[in-house]
Amino acid sequence: MNAGDTAWIMVCAALVFIMTPGVAFFYGGMARRKNILSILTQCFAIICLVSLQWVLFGYSLSFGPDTGYGIIGGLDWIGLRGVGQEPSSVYAGTIPHLVFMIFQAMFAIITPALMVGAFAERVKFSALVLFTLLWSTFVYDPIAHWVWGDGGWLGKIGALDFAGGIVVHVSSGVSALLLAVLIGKRVGYEKQAFAPHNLPITFLGGALLWIGWFGFNAGSALEAGGLAANAFVTTNTAAAAAGMAWAFMEWKMDGAPTVLGIVSGVIAGLVAITPACGFVSALSAIPIGLIAGIACYLAIARLKPLLGYDDSLDVFGVHGIGGIWGTFATGIFAAVAVNPGGADGLLFGNAKLFFIQTFYLIVCIAYALAVTWILHKIVDALVGMRVDKQSELIGLDLTQHNESAYTILE
Amino acid sequence: MKYIIAIVQPHKLEEVKKALEEEEVHLMTVSTVLGQGRQKGKTQIYRGAKESGGLLKKVKIEIAVNEDFVERTINIITKAAQTGQIGDGKIFILDLHDVVRVGSGERGSVVIN
Repeated sequence: MNAGDTAWIMVCAALVFIMTPGVAFFYGGMARRKNILSILTQCFAIICLVSLQWVLFGYSLSFGPDTGYGIIGGLDWIGLRGVGQEPSSVYAGTIPHLVFMIFQAMFAIITPALMVGAFAERVKFSALVLFTLLWSTFVYDPIAHWVWGDGGWLGKIGALDFAGGIVVHVSSGVSALLLAVLIGKRVGYEKQAFAPHNLPITFLGGALLWIGWFGFNAGSALEAGGLAANAFVTTNTAAAAAGMAWAFMEWKMDGAPTVLGIVSGVIAGLVAITPACGFVSALSAIPIGLIAGIACYLAIARLKPLLGYDDSLDVFGVHGIGGIWGTFATGIFAAVAVNPGGADGLLFGNAKLFFIQTFYLIVCIAYALAVTWILHKIVDALVGMRVDKQSELIGLDLTQHNESAYTILE
Repeated sequence: MKYIIAIVQPHKLEEVKKALEEEEVHLMTVSTVLGQGRQKGKTQIYRGAKESGGLLKKVKIEIAVNEDFVERTINIITKAAQTGQIGDGKIFILDLHDVVRVGSGERGSVVIN
């Protein structure tokens, strides 16, 4: 056991925790004023719900001893049985097993919270709660096991995902897109523009996300050492490049750089560097970030209007597109010189990794889409995914939670 | 008695208020409002989505005055709020039936003297 590693990963777990309230602010400011509380409530409800799911059985399904074939963890660790103050024999050998568990819990929490933005302003709260529980159990836990679990089949074939580009961002991004399509457009979408109601709040959320991401990526080294330092530097560098790229795209295409644009760009860069941060050099993080900023801007500002889906706050455009690019980018820019535990990418003469990453993407996207489709059917049949039109027009804050964020009278 | 409603540029409020106070016009109600006139709104763009003709922020000043103060008030506001460009605003003058001071129940022009 190592005191430095233990202290660092506990701090990182707290940093990753703050990302979910960060997401709540990021999305909440972009929503209309009648719906901000619904988003804040949903994000805190997800923190509570998945925290419990994780200690009761989620951690065991994701990281518990493999049941064979690398598909899912067993029930050996339900209720954290055998997960104690001593290090695990298979994960992060220098920190208490409990610390590894709670660090991973934060990833399980933020992933469904990211999806809140896609069906914001029209989802029924009861449906959100039920769907989150099912999605965490049947989508997140298996995919986490495949890639990070001991004996997981994707990890065994050499797929690289340092901090969750696919496990967290692509899985939530593509599921969110499908849900946005299945649930349908908001009333009035395309007939009127839905302007963000409080961009300073969105900025605050973006800032919390950027800070928290240092824990997310550098903490994924699972030690306080050189690899964590590499991830820390690549994370900041990619975020900076992507924020600049998005703002310049807007400046050129729409006439002015905006605060929403630069914040969105930064998040897109953070997403894209997530799978790559512990495998690529700081200089490689620059093109990864630049391309993330440009690709995500084009996906949201140009592609989305063409296809006409209503992903309210662009979960797919940022996390889906950013995560997919980051997974490919890992196959391009990864270098054994940075991380001997990784592999060389295309740039260093190894095409195999690129094909593994592509296969990894296809499998996880297909799985997430298929299961999300089934879960949507189930939840829609049981409680109904969407609020009625009148409630949507009045706003979810008042109709789902009996509250208003901003009072006019004292 | 007249009820004067002036819609002016937000950045002109302080000047107008100061000018009115210098000329002994002290009673006013101020609110921020949205509107559009010949100036039209400004197009806002969020993640590439255009919201055209968004309404512009203006300040609305409401003043109840007795007849001998009407022209003076209008002149002060016009002079202080003018920039010479479109979007400077409008002044509306309405007849005022009666006024009641809530605190004492007094009525009529004495209330706004």
